[in-house]
Amino acid sequence: MRELNYVRAINEALMEEMARDERVIIIGEDVGLSGGSFSATRGLFQRFGAKRVIDTPMSEAAIAGVATGMAMNGLIPVAEIMFMDFVTLAMDAIVNSAAKMRYAFGGQFKVPIVFIMQGGGGLSAGPHHSQSLEAWFCHTPGLKVVYPSTPYDVKGLLKSSIRDEDPVLFVEHKMLTVKSDVPEEDYTLPLGKAEVKRKGSDVTIVTWGQLFYKVASSAEKLAAEGIDVEVIDLRTLVPLDLETILSSVNKTGRLVIAHEAVKFGGFGGEIAASVMEAAFDSLDAPIKRVGCAFTPIPWGPEVEAAVLPQEDDIILAVKEIIE
Amino acid sequence: MVKITKEKKKQLFKWLLKSRRLEEKLVDMMTRGEIPGWLHSMLGSEGTGVGVTASLETGDFINNTHRGRAIVITKGVPIKRFMLEVLGKKDGPCGGIAGEMHFADAEYNILGTQGLVGANIPLSVGVALACKIRETGQVVVSYFGDGAVDEGNFHESVNMASVWKLPIVFVVENNQWAQFTPQKETAAQPDIWRKGEAYNMTGKLVDGTDILEVYGAAVEAVAKARRGDGPSLLECRFTRWLGHYVGDPQKYRDPKEIEDARKIDPLAKFQEKLLAEKVLATELIEKMEQEIKTEIEEAVDFARNSPPTTVEQAFQNVYS
Repeated sequence: MRELNYVRAINEALMEEMARDERVIIIGEDVGLSGGSFSATRGLFQRFGAKRVIDTPMSEAAIAGVATGMAMNGLIPVAEIMFMDFVTLAMDAIVNSAAKMRYAFGGQFKVPIVFIMQGGGGLSAGPHHSQSLEAWFCHTPGLKVVYPSTPYDVKGLLKSSIRDEDPVLFVEHKMLTVKSDVPEEDYTLPLGKAEVKRKGSDVTIVTWGQLFYKVASSAEKLAAEGIDVEVIDLRTLVPLDLETILSSVNKTGRLVIAHEAVKFGGFGGEIAASVMEAAFDSLDAPIKRVGCAFTPIPWGPEVEAAVLPQEDDIILAVKEIIE
Repeated sequence: MVKITKEKKKQLFKWLLKSRRLEEKLVDMMTRGEIPGWLHSMLGSEGTGVGVTASLETGDFINNTHRGRAIVITKGVPIKRFMLEVLGKKDGPCGGIAGEMHFADAEYNILGTQGLVGANIPLSVGVALACKIRETGQVVVSYFGDGAVDEGNFHESVNMASVWKLPIVFVVENNQWAQFTPQKETAAQPDIWRKGEAYNMTGKLVDGTDILEVYGAAVEAVAKARRGDGPSLLECRFTRWLGHYVGDPQKYRDPKEIEDARKIDPLAKFQEKLLAEKVLATELIEKMEQEIKTEIEEAVDFARNSPPTTVEQAFQNVYS
């Protein structure tokens, strides 16, 4: 199998889905002529033309609303919001219109849409280009929320999201050049299915998005100290694959939830509460959470690293509940 | 000028009369506490709702609004079907989940109402973009009030529609009041039709109480959109008769302004005109009144006796 980096895997998924189904339309700022702010849409405009790869004005609210209207009328839009921080301007269309469209009108309209955006920090991009805002959307009935970590997952999950009948909030991360094996042939991965990316017996770490890579390296360091970590990459936050989490916790008896988003009010709290409700008796230690400090993301590399969760934070959390 | 046949005038009158009588019935039922939630009365605005909707072909799209009963009637939705939704019944087009305020009916290409004013505008632009991409030949009317024009959604959406020359007509029902605040106090340019120029599209002002003027302007704008010549902005101006909602004591309004507004009645004006032109005779109007009364009474009775939305329905359609 050949290796592919994260952003090329996104590009390949879009290319294949557009070729497969003429209803799939890309719409957003700079997605066409320029090939995208992150080059995720490179070559699409040249291959499919301006009718299917649509450059918009800088109007995030209208991009999300227009995409919703397109979906109401038989198309499958992939609406690019660029940086996830910009989704604030598109919240009404996503949360009030798209998420509720099927429900509020008694199932008369379906809105298959992918709202795709880039989250996460680590690039000295400052407070308005670095956030992880996925928890806001997990709290909204009607939306599915996907945040893959690897190139293999991002390709398979983006294809599934495009084929899904419901609106999907799809978060891509900033480690665009990270590589993994990616099949050249068509494949999809199911939404709502987590993956155990490392088997272990002492403690479970649940994570997603780009923090997965720090969790994975932390697990190797802990292994060197004789602590055997099981790493679950959630991949999809809604629907939540609680079953995979519970079966792991039932085995290890210990749980750390690590996400890059702000810890306070983050989705980790929901997972912790769900595990407490369903498997309190399986727990041998309190659940620990690792996340961003309760601050905006600063610009300078050293201070940014200070507020974002790091390997040391993950290792410390594990050790606190092992001893 | 658009030529309007006698038959068309009669049909417009019937829709106007039906909208008025249905609205009076709804206001009465609301006042007596029979309708859940709120009712935002459209009394006095029937000329715009009927005139604009009548310019569309069956397959064309329009969104409803919270004052949109004239749209619903003119698009052809049977009152019986509409009343099921108004009274929260399981067999309503939205299963009683939307109610009167958010009413949508896919069978009649009525796109529903979003809770935030202006939120429908980008949706309608998206529907129109899909019409263009799919080459369906359909036209979309994006219908909203003067308050919505102050939302960012309006400006972003009309700009896109104009840039892409979409088959859409933007209709502003300017009733002079955004909830409890006068439009002229919040708009730097209260002439909404003038905003068309800023987006390189035709802007036009019509008397919203003159159904023929509204209809004529709408027919032209819809034809232009269907030809592929892009969107227009049509401002239909009149003054709101009642409060923001039924029961609103309107302490913020000069009673004289309300009294003056109610003197300009789109229904009475049109009736007088058609009687003078001998398009209508008194007997025919009486016959129409009787038919409409029977239809409304039967529809209300039918809806009252229909089963309510089930608890099971409240948990359906969150996801596919």
